[in-house]
Amino acid sequence: MKEKHMNTTIKGIAAPLPLANVDTDVIMPKRFLITITREGLADGTFADLRFDNTGQKRPEFILNKAPWKQANILVVGDNFGCGSSREHAVWGMRQLGINACIGTGFAGIFYDNARKNGLALPIVSSESRDTLLEYSKNKSGEEISIDIVSQTIKAGEILIPFEMDTSTQTSLIRGRDDTLDTLEYTNAIHNFETQLDDRMRVNVIK
Amino acid sequence: MTRTLYDKLVDAHKVCDLPDGDMLIYVDFHIMNEYTSPQAFSGLESKGLNVWRPEAHLSVIDHVNATRSVEAHDAQSKLLIDNLGKNCTTHEIAFYGLGDPRQGIEHIVVPEQGLVVPGMLIACGDSHTTTYGAFGALGFGIGTSEVEHVLATQTLRYKRMKTMRVTINGDTTLGVTAKDIIMKVVQVIGAGGANGFAVEFSGSAIRNLNMAGRMTVCNMAVELGARAALIATDETTEKALKGHPHSGQFEFKGEKWVSDPNAIFDHEVTISGADIEPLITWGTSPDQSISITAHVPSAQDYVSPKAKKALERSLEYMGLDEGQSAQSIVIDTAFIGSCTNSRIEDLREAAKILDGRQVAKGVEAIVVPGSAMTRIKAEAEGLRSIFETSGFEWRPEAGCSMCLAMNDDIAMDGERVASSTNRNFEGRQGRGARTHLMSPAMVAAAAIAGHLVDVRNFK
Repeated sequence: MKEKHMNTTIKGIAAPLPLANVDTDVIMPKRFLITITREGLADGTFADLRFDNTGQKRPEFILNKAPWKQANILVVGDNFGCGSSREHAVWGMRQLGINACIGTGFAGIFYDNARKNGLALPIVSSESRDTLLEYSKNKSGEEISIDIVSQTIKAGEILIPFEMDTSTQTSLIRGRDDTLDTLEYTNAIHNFETQLDDRMRVNVIK
Repeated sequence: MTRTLYDKLVDAHKVCDLPDGDMLIYVDFHIMNEYTSPQAFSGLESKGLNVWRPEAHLSVIDHVNATRSVEAHDAQSKLLIDNLGKNCTTHEIAFYGLGDPRQGIEHIVVPEQGLVVPGMLIACGDSHTTTYGAFGALGFGIGTSEVEHVLATQTLRYKRMKTMRVTINGDTTLGVTAKDIIMKVVQVIGAGGANGFAVEFSGSAIRNLNMAGRMTVCNMAVELGARAALIATDETTEKALKGHPHSGQFEFKGEKWVSDPNAIFDHEVTISGADIEPLITWGTSPDQSISITAHVPSAQDYVSPKAKKALERSLEYMGLDEGQSAQSIVIDTAFIGSCTNSRIEDLREAAKILDGRQVAKGVEAIVVPGSAMTRIKAEAEGLRSIFETSGFEWRPEAGCSMCLAMNDDIAMDGERVASSTNRNFEGRQGRGARTHLMSPAMVAAAAIAGHLVDVRNFK
């Protein structure tokens, strides 16, 4: 059973990660994917950005520097989470302690995976994102807060509205289990199946 | 009310609306691989749930297996491979594992088996599931939690996407392939340019493509951020549905899966087919591409400091100089394979270039046919001998291989690969590996020249 995973407000230190098109290969390199569990992925998260070839921390990487090593929020570049469907990227980010990623837009599969795991992805304008990048870089150590209900980010005196669709918002607040919820529609699914075109009734040869 | 092809497909699969604004859609067919499914099966078990309709699923091994032999290359990979076999036995799901004559890369196997027909909705825990749009079917990638959801309910919670039509007007010129068309689209629209959209490809350049080409186009549409890619059905589609192991299950009645003539799309993009040249990527995102006759960008080509910085980072990773000509890029490795370009048609195109020529000294050249059936067909046509005579290594087993290096085919730090694959991300083919995406024919030409080269010079 999935844990209840979200309060309505996320507070914490935000780290700027302004690179565009950060893909899920970068978030979770493939050598960490040879696993049959969801656990143990914190070390793999951003591994090639965080560590050099010998496994030493790269001192210049933002999440290795104080105060951002305490960050639980990322402010990210355009199209974060593009590429592969691997949910391991989201599992790893959650295990590393990341609760939210603020950006201008996210790749679709990553966005859906995030919702399933209580990772909030507030979507803001480019200008607001740049403001937050500056804020998180310059006002280092000062917490920002993300209110999921009112869809507002507060950084010091700055208030920024964000977009989030209703089902994602509901999902984050309730921390529900989609599979079990959907099974309440068992009758509707059965009814749909009875009308299914025979041509679509796949029966894969074993 | 006119509708787009995408809307027709969504409407045909809608089970019901949900109170939170999403809808429930029915999944006709679901495919699994060994690396994005294990946690879905354990989820079922921990919740005490059964598989809703076991016969609507197919599992294959493709990502982690070695292609030099039928074995897993290490114990950990073997664990994943055995785990999927065990899960399929438990839940009575069809499993095309290693050694099975039907095994191969999921998106090569499915059309080859005749398991995709127009009007279907297909999901798979792999982003390149957009491939099936080539058949007028709605295919899209899902995460592992959604794999669990499909297994348990045969449905997904879904939000309708916006629609985009990309029209490629006019014929392409000789030497320009489906790969160049989609790379051009990615270059024009950008890596995240279709986030939130379902994209329909149209225009004469798309109509003229065979099914393999259409699959290449739809396959890489995910590199635009498109969650779905579609091509309307026509005679080419209909012909491709016959003669496969599952063809008997699906009586195709010739119905058209097309957008209504006056359907309105949320966004339209038009590209001139005649202007597309063979392309290569120079950077670390699939939209960072140039014509083979052009030069790598320079800082002066960009205005914004952010773009200049991004260029600098990509060039540093790729080990290239600003303004360097594309054809001066010397390669270490040539790789032909992947769900984008390892079909029989791709191998034929590459073999035409290789026939009677030799791979340049110092270049390691590898070809991995997309499935066991593709390999056998290629061998029967004499393609294996053309590849091997030219100096390519012909792999005996099918799999994703060096496309994502989740197996023993890993490029070294700094190794430069001309690759018929779909992603040139940092570290994609190995930590520090440098990937240049291009068509299979362009990879073959680069293997011979030892550097990136215009395939149109090879008659």
